[in-house]
Amino acid sequence: MAGPLTDVVVLDLTQEIAGPYATKLFADFGAEVIKVEPPGGDSSRQLGPFPEEEKHLEKSGTFFYFNTNKRSIAIDLESEGGKEVFWRLVDRADVIVESYQPGRMKELGIDWETISQRKPGLPLVSITNFGQTSPYKDYKGTDLVLYAYAGEMYSTGLIDREPVKMYGTAALVQSGSAAATAIMGAVMMGRWQGVGQHVDFSIADSHLVGVDRRHATVMGYQFSGRTTLRAPASGTRLLGGVYPCQDGWVDLDGGGARFHRSARQFLGHPEWLEDPKWDDPSIHQNPEIIEEFNAYFYVWLMEHTKREIWERARDARILCGPLFTIEEVFEDENFRERGVFQKASHSFLGDFEFPGRPFILSESPWEYRRPAPLLGEHSAEILDECGFTTKEVSRLAISGDVGVRV
Amino acid sequence: MTAQLPLEGIRVLDLGGVWAGTFSTLLLADLGAEVLKHENQFVFQPNTRAVPGPNIPPQMTQAGPGWITGFPNSEPGPRPWNYHPMFVSLYRNKRSFTLDIRNEKGHEILGELAKISDVVIENSAVGTMEKLGVSYEWLKELNPGIVFLRAPGYGLTGEYVAARTMGSHLEGVIGHQLLRGYRDEGPDSNSAIFSADYIAGTQIAFAIMSAIWQRKKTGKGQFIEMAQAENAIAMFAQGYMQYALQGIEPERVGNRSIYPQESPTGIYPCMAEENGDPAQGNDRWIAISVSNDEEWQILVNEMGSPDWAKDPELDSWEGRYSQHDELDQKISAWTEGFSDYELFHQLQKAGVPATPVLDASRVPTDAHVQERELYSPQKLQDPIGEFPFPTPLFDFPAAEGGIRRPPVAMGQDNEYVYRELLGITDEDWNLLEAEGHIATKFDDSLM
Repeated sequence: MAGPLTDVVVLDLTQEIAGPYATKLFADFGAEVIKVEPPGGDSSRQLGPFPEEEKHLEKSGTFFYFNTNKRSIAIDLESEGGKEVFWRLVDRADVIVESYQPGRMKELGIDWETISQRKPGLPLVSITNFGQTSPYKDYKGTDLVLYAYAGEMYSTGLIDREPVKMYGTAALVQSGSAAATAIMGAVMMGRWQGVGQHVDFSIADSHLVGVDRRHATVMGYQFSGRTTLRAPASGTRLLGGVYPCQDGWVDLDGGGARFHRSARQFLGHPEWLEDPKWDDPSIHQNPEIIEEFNAYFYVWLMEHTKREIWERARDARILCGPLFTIEEVFEDENFRERGVFQKASHSFLGDFEFPGRPFILSESPWEYRRPAPLLGEHSAEILDECGFTTKEVSRLAISGDVGVRV
Repeated sequence: MTAQLPLEGIRVLDLGGVWAGTFSTLLLADLGAEVLKHENQFVFQPNTRAVPGPNIPPQMTQAGPGWITGFPNSEPGPRPWNYHPMFVSLYRNKRSFTLDIRNEKGHEILGELAKISDVVIENSAVGTMEKLGVSYEWLKELNPGIVFLRAPGYGLTGEYVAARTMGSHLEGVIGHQLLRGYRDEGPDSNSAIFSADYIAGTQIAFAIMSAIWQRKKTGKGQFIEMAQAENAIAMFAQGYMQYALQGIEPERVGNRSIYPQESPTGIYPCMAEENGDPAQGNDRWIAISVSNDEEWQILVNEMGSPDWAKDPELDSWEGRYSQHDELDQKISAWTEGFSDYELFHQLQKAGVPATPVLDASRVPTDAHVQERELYSPQKLQDPIGEFPFPTPLFDFPAAEGGIRRPPVAMGQDNEYVYRELLGITDEDWNLLEAEGHIATKFDDSLM
């Protein structure tokens, strides 16, 4: 069994996070993804984490994760020889995906007009911060900037402090994941209808209208004139929020309509909770009652571990999640048994495990075929597949138009 | 000739709920699929059509956060579940029908629909589909080409299958709740977020598209299992890679970059509106994200090259990283004299990544949002007036996309589903209505 996309060739000119994550999904599900890197490599090769904090082009943890199962060819697209190679790759591709600043493709002479003349029916998907046509199209974006502008950052955090973002580059990964559906749609239209087109995917747009909660707060404002502010912290609701416990923290939501039944089961039917006053639905709005509950509850929490609390919550059907560290996830028996982690062996990074399949297809599953490529690791074999002779390959390598590893 | 959207001709039977499932079928609908959203007048799924129930007391709509209680014109109106602000944008381009699938007849009709569908999607807690008698075996027998996707929190096997969860809880389990939030506060300061729901939505759509692609080649459908917790790990990949490569638990960095060379990075105060009260939404902030030495020099220049910024240690990221706290204070003292949009344009034009932290009220008038026509005026079936609704995340220029159908009301397409697709008679219609299958509002017992 192989992935569903084994008959798809993606010519991948993306760098950093969002674009590479979108094309990683293709590579992970069987597509042939040819990653065209500039001679110095995808700029995410400069990003950690690095083992021993040693900065090295071939040791970036970020680059590794977002580029598994791809092959790399290093091309200087400013050179004539590099362009010649590029056009030969275009002939093999089902889709081109790129993430240059708008206008850069035109400067390189490989813009949509030229591509569509060379190969009508071939789609191009551009994944950029603000899109091809925006008053901000030349502005720069990072995870923080794009999430602050387009995502639901403003209402996240404490009311008397600055808004606070998600971890790492979560917002960019969300957008990259949405971009994968744009690429797949373009591939389908290309293959099934012979339609080529330039799809303008804007990371900002994907947040402004869909890929997280922003659409909801905007609709609330347009409907009612009321905005959505940063909310009060945990502990102000009845059995709802993040609480400390014996060995860490738990996130709980058991304060709904079933509170009087589920909370009693959850807490083991303590005497104080048998009082019929806890059956009254109005207690959920009563800060004094919530405080009274918390006085008992915080003591109980300190007597239990997060795993114990989660187990009780599962039995009582209360929404719950213990706050695990990354180490705890790696060591967790459930995740290990389900096969969440994949063993990797890499010539510079050594042997390690990383998070593998995102979902399970019964007939055409995810497959780990190769680690993220070294820079230009596959230049020679890709040139060979494109019909370049050994002599031509040497010429391209010597001129530096293509980076070929020896 | 105009081309067809990629999923035109694909019919999706949508048994999903809350965000992940509902968002996934929105994407499929935007991509051209015919999505039949299933609803049941006797079962209110919280956080799918509204919170907390179908009946919204008028006083509840007068105050509170816009996204939870901000109904049109601050009134619940006749059928509040049709336009709850948190979910209404997820119903465009879909059709809605009602059917009580808890009884034999409902189950049978669901089977009839499965026969003429290509895809079935559900994301309920494990046990719900089992109770309803909906399984891949059953669907496959009815329709060998069917693609069936299930997306429970922790998958269909293992110790956690019985766990009840929403996005925020499973983000606790996979580490996000400890990784995100203020550097100097505990995780109990975190507000609930639901990013896992949304990444699951995008990947359900991608998984379905992949399976449709495969089916076109082989003629065979397949079963897809997505454990939402496992799926969401990708968003925190660098934290996992840090542990994988260094054996070190990643740190909580707040608004700073996880990459120390991108220092300084943070959220800085700007000139407030009116009284500046954050409880009235009058606070203003700018995000600044210096990614390299060159951008730092530009920022120094824009700040008017103050003496403190001439410290040669600050020329390297190592220096800026080690003095990040002091830099934050100095930069804040400078930014608070500016309006956020003014500083945004000034810094971006000079070459420094920056942006206002926009609250929802400022989105509709933003120049980018307007230029790209991201929100488009629509009228719904219920007479709430015309409001701008979000458009699809992206367009296919070769095909007619956009909002083909405004957000759908409960049961709005019962006629289409029962008469056109299933071909029932008037007599059957009346019977199905009397038995509670066909409805356009929730049963009074739920009110």
